[in-house]
Amino acid sequence: MKFGVVVFPGSNCDHDTYHVVSKVIGQPVDFIWHKEEQIDRFDAIILPGGFSYGDYLRSGAIARFSPVMRSVRQFAEEGGLVMGICNGFQILCEAGLLPGALLRNRDLRFICEHINIRVERVDTPFTSACEPRQVLSLPIAHGEGNYFCDPETLDALEREGRVIFRYCDAEGSVTDESNPNGSLNNIAGICNSERNVLGLMPHPERASESLLGSSDGRAIFLSMADSLREMIKLRA
Amino acid sequence: MDITPELLDQHNLTEPEYGRIKELLGREPSFTELGIFSVMWSEHCSYKSSKIHLRRLPTEGECLVQGPGENAGIVDIGDGWCVAFKIESHNHPSFIEPYQGAATGVGGILRDIFTMGARPVASMNSLRFGPIRDEDSTGDESGKIIQRNRRIMAGVVKGLGDYGNAFGVPTIGGEVYFADCYSLNPLVNAFALGLVRREQIFYGKAEGIGNSVIYVGAKTGRDGIHGATMASAEFDEAAMEKRPTVQVGDPFAEKLLLEACLEAMRDGAIVGIQDMGAAGLTSSSCEMGARAGTGIEINLDLVPQRETAMTAYEMMLSESQERMLIVSERGRERQVLEIFQRWDLDAVIIGRVTGDQRLRVVHNGTVVADIPNVALTDEAPRYDRPQIAIIINTENVEPKITAGLKKVETEIRAATRTQVMTEALRRLIVSPNLASKEWVYRQYDHMVRTNTVVLPGSDAAVIRVKETRRSLAMSLDANGRYCRLNPREGARLAVAESARNVVCSGARPLAVTNCLNFASPERPEVMRSFSETIDGMAEACLAFGTPVTGGNVSFYNETEGRGIHPTPVIGMIGVIEEARHTTTQWFNEPGETILLLGLTRGDLGASELLMTLTGEETGAVPTLDLESEKAVQNVCLTAIKAGLVSSAHDCSDGGLAVALAESCFSSYRRAAQGASIDLDAHAAESDQHDVASLLFAESPSRIILSAKPENIAEIEKLAKEAGAACVRIGEVGGSDLTIRLGGEMLIEASVESLETAWRSALSFHLDRPAQMAAD
Amino acid sequence: MLAKVFVTLKNGVLDPQGKAIHHAAESIGYQGIADVRQGKYFEIQLDAGLDEALARSQVEKFAHDVLSNPVIEDYRVEIS
Repeated sequence: MKFGVVVFPGSNCDHDTYHVVSKVIGQPVDFIWHKEEQIDRFDAIILPGGFSYGDYLRSGAIARFSPVMRSVRQFAEEGGLVMGICNGFQILCEAGLLPGALLRNRDLRFICEHINIRVERVDTPFTSACEPRQVLSLPIAHGEGNYFCDPETLDALEREGRVIFRYCDAEGSVTDESNPNGSLNNIAGICNSERNVLGLMPHPERASESLLGSSDGRAIFLSMADSLREMIKLRA
Repeated sequence: MDITPELLDQHNLTEPEYGRIKELLGREPSFTELGIFSVMWSEHCSYKSSKIHLRRLPTEGECLVQGPGENAGIVDIGDGWCVAFKIESHNHPSFIEPYQGAATGVGGILRDIFTMGARPVASMNSLRFGPIRDEDSTGDESGKIIQRNRRIMAGVVKGLGDYGNAFGVPTIGGEVYFADCYSLNPLVNAFALGLVRREQIFYGKAEGIGNSVIYVGAKTGRDGIHGATMASAEFDEAAMEKRPTVQVGDPFAEKLLLEACLEAMRDGAIVGIQDMGAAGLTSSSCEMGARAGTGIEINLDLVPQRETAMTAYEMMLSESQERMLIVSERGRERQVLEIFQRWDLDAVIIGRVTGDQRLRVVHNGTVVADIPNVALTDEAPRYDRPQIAIIINTENVEPKITAGLKKVETEIRAATRTQVMTEALRRLIVSPNLASKEWVYRQYDHMVRTNTVVLPGSDAAVIRVKETRRSLAMSLDANGRYCRLNPREGARLAVAESARNVVCSGARPLAVTNCLNFASPERPEVMRSFSETIDGMAEACLAFGTPVTGGNVSFYNETEGRGIHPTPVIGMIGVIEEARHTTTQWFNEPGETILLLGLTRGDLGASELLMTLTGEETGAVPTLDLESEKAVQNVCLTAIKAGLVSSAHDCSDGGLAVALAESCFSSYRRAAQGASIDLDAHAAESDQHDVASLLFAESPSRIILSAKPENIAEIEKLAKEAGAACVRIGEVGGSDLTIRLGGEMLIEASVESLETAWRSALSFHLDRPAQMAAD
Repeated sequence: MLAKVFVTLKNGVLDPQGKAIHHAAESIGYQGIADVRQGKYFEIQLDAGLDEALARSQVEKFAHDVLSNPVIEDYRVEIS
């Protein structure tokens, strides 16, 4: 099994994600330069956080045109696991791999703090190791994380169980006070209808070692590794 | 062209200085040369007023790899790893354009770090603004001033955040203070720290005659060129379009520059490298030549340019950001160029290293400048500027404190002393200086790179070093109020406090960087306070064994004849040997015993209490006994390393009551704790019976420890051996903070109510609709 | 009445946003784009009965004091 972490110009959580995959969950991982088009050797692709191309036009708007994104799209269509964290989520939305968009935070400021999210669904390759309704403490660090989509899309996301994470309080209640950025329905993460592409604003890679205050994020990487093991077994 | 007195004046050069320039050149300078001399001989680049004083700072130590004189200082932290760190001011630009001024300040200090081969892993900042609270300013214009101060603060914080966040360096700590004198002179000091393998360190040296000089990074524009040029119409009319002097930061370009530079350094084709910071091309080329004893010749026609019709003068003085000058081994230039092109950055060979120790600049086929390097560096003017004795404030503030407390009593119609003292505590913790700085650091990404072990809010910030078992603690400290009233003592106190902060986190203090913010050196009283500050700092750094590895002097922080307080900012770094030694200021569990190391004296002069009660900055500053300070710090660190301590907190601004409240407040994944305190034993030990002093005096050399009851005897034994006072003052538990003396309740408040007030205070002043619209 | 305000960076001020977008346009394959400068555009609805001269002076002041940062930006007002 092999993970790939895409490096766009301006990615800055690429090393952190690599560190967690290799050192914390102990799986093989390589960086993928954004100009690479050959990504067949990977079993899961992670688009890391950061400020690709400075996020100068809109977050993720320029990165979606990187050569690697054509391959990522194909990879996803063939059922490969793709996870976008923070800026990676924004890129997936801009690229149309996930619906909706991430607007400026409700209070117009960049926010960096630990928040809680509730795992809404465990029937995805990214959350299979979580308990239903488990509350995870993860950090957010973004200026544009306010999830928005049109009412039809929102309805579809909810109906199809594609809202995977929601901002909540420490007890797991989804409240307006626990919504840090104004996201619709407190959405912190969603997946595509095939459930193999996930985007989330919080940073699981920043909460995968207890030394850093929380290891709750590890469950997401472990879920991916478990799912890949299953997928590889099936393929064989 | 004619060099007139007006022209010299516009270039901030005096007649004698001009005479010296002619002497060094053996002829009249060209206009471009005049510009080059003016920037290199400026206070900012030459340190002409400070250099003779800075020599008195201790710059030697076992851990020291690189002291002052390079782009950043470097110390060895063991296992083959070193840290490069430095602090620098960006005060004037941040007043003109807060957002860009602050942003480019971060950009500059980050380049200083990665130019040494180190990857930046932490940044901090020390900020000072004018008052942001309506009641803190009086006079007709006060409303406007407060509004502007808020706007400056919001812009600066956003600028610092946006740059560091996009670049990907965590901003993990710092300090923010407010006082009138900073209304027209805000201070923005940016600190950065990077990690480098000892054998991978790079220097700004142009070694190897015949080697190539390569320009990399962003294109050159007219950014930041001194306004002086605009007045000289005769020099180039075609280029007289409006020239901006504000530099704009591009963190994206800087991030690419970082990755490309580190990659090129690993590749081995780079001989020397320097950031083009202040005075851009000029300082990088002549300083690199001077350090190596070589010369540099560059051809400006080859320099990547963002604007058209730029003159040699403009290109040599431009302060466009995100640029570097590299000396590459002859024959290996291709390797360097390819790496930069891969990162979509300009990289062009613009010249070569020569053997004649001169800076030679060619433009349009002619030599426009030809100057011996030493004329710009070692031969720059040095001044021993006049000083006059200053009066050290020794006012006894007791009557003012008594009157202030009386006023509180009347205002809240208090029936008991408990109410008065509790109200005083409440007012202190909601004052902008002491209130939670969450509003600020929430806007900084303080976790990127996944190393931040202690998040902002505790005494020192701590990051782990993934490559070793060690962690690094760091703290920025200054007290402009103390330094105004007594510069020497103020500087000693600042060094002691930053060492104490680092010790409280479990670290051994290692080395210091400093940023000395002062008003005009041409005023003798300012110069005296500068000199006194250096002496105080030198004495304290020597005592703690922490050499000064470099830093920055910022003079002329005055507007309309009003100068700032002398504000020397100390950046202290320390090493935590084992991750498990990392300690924070927060009480952990009910049942822990609370100890106080050190003694409380009547140090209410210049205190936060005096300021909060009366709005006055006066009185005798606390006196520091370095031996007691060292004893207290040693006990604390030894106890932490022995695993005896649950929490440690420096007791300083606002005094004991404020420090206790801070230790009670909640922190990440840790609920708030109450504490019941009895000060009888401490009062007896300190022979201090004044209630206001016991609660709010800012006596140095005090640390609050909490520990499991079974460890107390051992800590007391350590203290006894070291000759440090150590007294049990209470126990963690409950939901209230109570402080008693002689059976009388002095303070009684629910921690929750105190914390809510403390946490929301800054937001209350800064998150106003009118303010938000203007951000 | 509708006022349109265009805020752009002053000539010569570095525009990192424009630069990044320009570079992206080139790398995606758009041809003939010599430069890109990014700015902000505001549409301001004014009261119908407002005197045009007064409207202009109000909007000009608003653009100068609030919508733009005169240190680095220029603005242009159109009223229709």
